[in-house]
Amino acid sequence: MREITVAEAIREALAEEIERNPEVIVLGEDVGAFGGCFGVTAGLYEKYPNNVLDTMIAETGILGLSLGAAYSGMKMVPELMFADFVTVANDYIVNQASKNRYMTGMQPGGQVAGMVVRLPNGAGVRAAAQHSQCMEGYVMHCPGIKIACPSTPYDTKGMLKYAIRGNDPVLFFEHKLLYGVKGPVPDLGEDYVIPFASADVKREGTDVTVVATQVMVHKALAAAEKLAEEGISVEVVDPRSLKPLDKPTIFKSVRKTGHLVVVNEGCRTGNALNEIVTLCAEECLDALKGRVVRVTGPDTPIPFSPKLEDMWLVQENDIIQGVLKALD
Amino acid sequence: MTLTNEDLRKLLEDMVYIRTFEDRLRINFAAGAVPGFVHLGIGQEAIMAGTCFNLQDGDTIGASHREHGVLLCRGIGGDRLMAELYGRKTGICKGKGGSMHAGDLAKGTLGCNGILGAAQTIINGFSFAHKFRNDGKIAVTMFGDGAANRGEFHEGLNFAAIWNLPTVYMINNNGYAISVPKSKQNKMDDLSARGAAYGVPGVQIDGNDIFAVLEATSEAFKRAREGGGPTLIESKTYRWRGHFEGDPDTYRSEEEKEFWKEKCPIKRFEKYLLEHEVMNQAEIDDVWKMIKDRVDGHQKFAEESPWPTEEDLLSDVYFYDEGSVLA
Repeated sequence: MREITVAEAIREALAEEIERNPEVIVLGEDVGAFGGCFGVTAGLYEKYPNNVLDTMIAETGILGLSLGAAYSGMKMVPELMFADFVTVANDYIVNQASKNRYMTGMQPGGQVAGMVVRLPNGAGVRAAAQHSQCMEGYVMHCPGIKIACPSTPYDTKGMLKYAIRGNDPVLFFEHKLLYGVKGPVPDLGEDYVIPFASADVKREGTDVTVVATQVMVHKALAAAEKLAEEGISVEVVDPRSLKPLDKPTIFKSVRKTGHLVVVNEGCRTGNALNEIVTLCAEECLDALKGRVVRVTGPDTPIPFSPKLEDMWLVQENDIIQGVLKALD
Repeated sequence: MTLTNEDLRKLLEDMVYIRTFEDRLRINFAAGAVPGFVHLGIGQEAIMAGTCFNLQDGDTIGASHREHGVLLCRGIGGDRLMAELYGRKTGICKGKGGSMHAGDLAKGTLGCNGILGAAQTIINGFSFAHKFRNDGKIAVTMFGDGAANRGEFHEGLNFAAIWNLPTVYMINNNGYAISVPKSKQNKMDDLSARGAAYGVPGVQIDGNDIFAVLEATSEAFKRAREGGGPTLIESKTYRWRGHFEGDPDTYRSEEEKEFWKEKCPIKRFEKYLLEHEVMNQAEIDDVWKMIKDRVDGHQKFAEESPWPTEEDLLSDVYFYDEGSVLA
């Protein structure tokens, strides 16, 4: 299989969906001729000038317009330049997009909200407190929204295409550090989608289950490699979507290993993966043979200084220590 | 624009319908039959009826939570609207939306919004879709002078202007943002002058004069349909009731309220109809009687409708829920 980056996978997914449905619209700050702040949409505007639209710096205007067009049946794919900016337009996520189907009783005409908000997530690019957060925890509480957080080019392309073909609003988290990461993806022309609520076991193991998302999947896999040298067999599960969540795959893994570690880059309190800890406490407490460990960022804003940011970020060794603690 | 006698009669019926429907809500809310919050549009009927008169099938309107009247004029059905406000299963939104969220997109009515002025940005999505599809249709948003101070006004109108969208912005200026008078919100007397800041034509009208509403919306809608972009219309008006039913309304004097009741848009229109011999008093009385019977029917329908069930509680969250399929 050929190898492409996550950024290329996103670009291909957008182009293929525009080809498939001329009412797919990509819009946002600098996504046009400039190609996006991270270069993800480079070349799309030249090919699809009617479908790739630059906007003003106006996050509420962008999400509001996207939502109205989505209600009209169009497929809107707004990009917010940094995931942090979703807070600026949070009304359109929390009070509008997530609730329209319920508030209208799924009446004919009130059934669709096909808006896929692309959100560059996460730390590690020295962008400090307002351009580095993992925002999935902030929005998970809201019923009616779907949350994707893929970790590989293959998953990203398949899930983005799936999201755009759906009729529910999706917050599609793309980790900034993953844009340049390569991985195998089927050849162009081989259409595939990956449904939500389909967790992927990225590495099979028998001693401990590590549930991780985005960059942390890669760090967990590296940690698992080192732990294998110590004779510890780690199973790494990537939920791929947090809402809806593939609970059966996670429960099955925890029942097999009897130990659970969750790894997410975001702050500790209200962390998105706390939900998985809670679910396992409710559903598989009998299978757990030791304490559950969370490996997360600390409850502080993300600092600027590279020295401080590296300390803030969950590193491979933190995951190794977390696993050892869980097995202790 | 030219209006036939039939048009004029239809406009009277719509205004009387709004007044009677809203007045019935007032009475039944006080009696405890209507749950939650109800914001009545009594006094602002001319704006709603006049605007909807100039809309076409396929156009979209997104108003605020004082505009049940828009829903009635767009033909979403008084039975199902009343049932919605009563929280019944037969309601237009199965009783899940209520007064602040009722609407029917299939009838081009985004409906009310609990977040004041949120439609100022959302409406651009509808006009964007109309423009993208080149269907000749337009989108209209109505909001109060209070919501005109939200950031959505700026981002929404600027978007509409830059993208030359067929969106018409209508400020229904009733002088109060809940309890705070306009003098404590804006330094400008003429809110329509704000249009100039966005390169958009602005017009200020007497919102209690149905003919002024008809003229202004006719011109703005025509401009939008022909690719001329957005217009900002400010309609000066007054709400007779408090912000919501139960509002003690201590911030307005009785004299002020009486002054505006004298400027009742319906009385004023009836006077025109009589003076120009379009209708006689008996015919006008018949309209009120016919509408009263109609609203009696809505009330009966709502009262006799079943309550939603536990199944309704958990349904309609997602169009497709992969999670529940797994479980």
